[in-house]
Amino acid sequence: MTALLYLIPIALLMGGAGLAAFIWSVKSGQYDDMDGAAERILLEDDD
Amino acid sequence: MSTVDTLTAPGCPSGLEPALDAGVIDPAPFVRRLRDGTSQLELSIHGAKCGGCISKIEGGVARIPGVDSARLNLSTGKLSVLWRGRVRPRDITQKISDLGYRSAPFDPYTAARQTDEEGRFLLRCLAVAGFAMANIMLLSVAVWSGADGEMGPATRMMMHWISGMIAIPAAAFAGRPFFNSALSALRKGRANMDVPISLAVFLSLGVSVFETLNHGRDAYFDAAVMLLFFLLIGRFLDHRLRARAREAARGLLALQATTASRITTGGGLEAVSARDIAADDMILLSPGDRAPVNGVIEEGASDVDVSLVTGESAPVTMKTGDTLYAGVLNMSSRLIMRATARAEDSLLADLTRLIEAGEQGKSKYVRLADRAAALYVPVVHTLALATFLGWLFLGDAGLRVAIMNAVAVLIITCPCALGLAAPAVQVVATGRLFKSGVLVKSGDALERLAEADCFVFDKTGTLTLGRMSISNRDEISGDVLLQAASLARASRHPLARAVVAAAGAGKLADDVSDVPGFGVEGIIDGRKARFGRGDWAGASGASDNAASEAWFRLGEDPPVRFEFDDSIRSDAANVIDALKIRGADAEMLTGDRKAPAARVASLVGLQNWRAETTPADKIARLNELSAEGRKTVMVGDGLNDAPALAAAHASLSPGTAADASQAAADFVFQGDGLSAIVTAYDVAKQARRRVLENFAFAALYNACAIPLAVMGLVTPLIAALAMSGSSVIVTLNALRLRAGKPGT
Repeated sequence: MTALLYLIPIALLMGGAGLAAFIWSVKSGQYDDMDGAAERILLEDDD
Repeated sequence: MSTVDTLTAPGCPSGLEPALDAGVIDPAPFVRRLRDGTSQLELSIHGAKCGGCISKIEGGVARIPGVDSARLNLSTGKLSVLWRGRVRPRDITQKISDLGYRSAPFDPYTAARQTDEEGRFLLRCLAVAGFAMANIMLLSVAVWSGADGEMGPATRMMMHWISGMIAIPAAAFAGRPFFNSALSALRKGRANMDVPISLAVFLSLGVSVFETLNHGRDAYFDAAVMLLFFLLIGRFLDHRLRARAREAARGLLALQATTASRITTGGGLEAVSARDIAADDMILLSPGDRAPVNGVIEEGASDVDVSLVTGESAPVTMKTGDTLYAGVLNMSSRLIMRATARAEDSLLADLTRLIEAGEQGKSKYVRLADRAAALYVPVVHTLALATFLGWLFLGDAGLRVAIMNAVAVLIITCPCALGLAAPAVQVVATGRLFKSGVLVKSGDALERLAEADCFVFDKTGTLTLGRMSISNRDEISGDVLLQAASLARASRHPLARAVVAAAGAGKLADDVSDVPGFGVEGIIDGRKARFGRGDWAGASGASDNAASEAWFRLGEDPPVRFEFDDSIRSDAANVIDALKIRGADAEMLTGDRKAPAARVASLVGLQNWRAETTPADKIARLNELSAEGRKTVMVGDGLNDAPALAAAHASLSPGTAADASQAAADFVFQGDGLSAIVTAYDVAKQARRRVLENFAFAALYNACAIPLAVMGLVTPLIAALAMSGSSVIVTLNALRLRAGKPGT
């Protein structure tokens, strides 16, 4: 059972990192233009 | 390089949208100065449809010297341009116009509020609730599986403490949308759906902390957070539907509000909103512009579409000194007009007032989910209270058991399924309609359309295509058609466009000039050619029916007659039959004259129709029908239909409609056919059935679960299973709509 003492914090830290990354992506506006994002991948950046 | 052609040709490179030709306005008054010295201009772009448009517009604008960045949001059609130092804002709109798109500046004060703060807030809450739910569930599963004695009380208590330490801050963060709304409702002395939700969250957290402190076996931390997670999904979906509709409406309004370009004393142009125009202002009307106020032509001559004012479908030629009424559309060449009245005194302002009145009426509609909540809230609260009192007084179980069981009732009856029932169905229905070319502007529009039993159609542009086509094509030789088309390409007159449409792409004749009011002339193979009015083109036997015919003459050859009519949409009759089969009535209201109205009505099989109706007459007829208890659907495209579109119980307009009409309608459908109306009607009805099924399921589920909770038989495991199970079933039922057969 002592394994729980470090496994639970590790699980929480990993989940927390995912949550922080998601909140950052929302804040930086990555979900504001879903249609545009789908099209932009097809554009060439040649200039 | 093949990309050069698509990048230099104006308009959307996908060919979905033709290049738009409009006057360039100066958006200088709309530039916003940011704190760090940067200037920002936000423009609503019309006509951008694909990735090619993004690279053309962003690339083109970013190449203007001084511009730091240009970013186009394809979902909202908003272009944001940033620069430091000196850039003339006019150069930006000029560039966009050169590229073949229409632009209009967003008002910086409304634009500042435009970033979807609420949507982001809900998304953050959803993420936090999801994180907390997943982690607590991991611990809870361990507790449940160790409940037979495998897990010692000390370990179980540690698990509960960790769960609590995750759940309480997470609920405090993610529960704010519900707590705030419940609080503001309570302050006004009312109760809404968020009151029982907040109560359930607070009580279950409180009871769980109490149980943990007293080394109890059951804690409901998982249930409290799961409740928030499922409800936030519903809340977020609902918000996104509304936000999308608002964005679409705002883009259209931006185009409407700022199309007036005033000529300054220095001879330049500046963008002004129509309400800022004063008498004696000089206004430039480019082809495609509507007169914003009443005025007199000072310079130029052009063909003008007056259908909004008189209902007449044929254009009228106007020249210097003629009076223009607000709302008429300039078609062929530039005009300079002097305003004689302010915007508030003009016809357009009357229409806007009618539209606003109609929209106010619509906001009174109570959505199905809210009606269900109004029934639900008192029942649940009474049951929980009865459980508490029953356990407290009808036995010797004591206060602790009474509270536990009352909380179990609140949790198990949580409106998860109810909160998801309507938004999940509406998102699926909206997505399905979007694929068949129908844009749904709001979730409750689907509910209103499903209730409808009487369809009212406009004629021109709705039952008919709203554009002329050649009706005596057999009598015209291919060569003559191509020759006439080489002249007609220079004109925006509807008859000329019809000839070009019939002939297809080709070249322009030499020395072509557009003579407003008469026609087009030019040189073909060294010979003079004219296409236009009979007497002008040299036809002696010209009839007086100038609106639907044109003559072509090459040199001294005998003139050739072109006949036109406004063709009826090919599936109009089928659509009206399909609606009648579904038990709905159909009728037609048009501003046009009696004869063409009667012809169209008999061809599509409509018995009830009225001609020569004004916008106010149309609303009066809709009110008459609703007084008879009918739920009306207005289908129309003209600016004169916009008030009726706003006033009807639900409304549709084709994608070719005037901007104001698209803004006023609940649904906008693409394509040449009307069958989208039947599809939308069918999907709306199916969606309503699904929502009601979901409510019925939620009721059935409560009927089974409540007795268990009242008896005190519900454990946290059962609560968690029941809650997630009902939400999943409701969502799956909503997804069934996607697999449904398309309407016939």
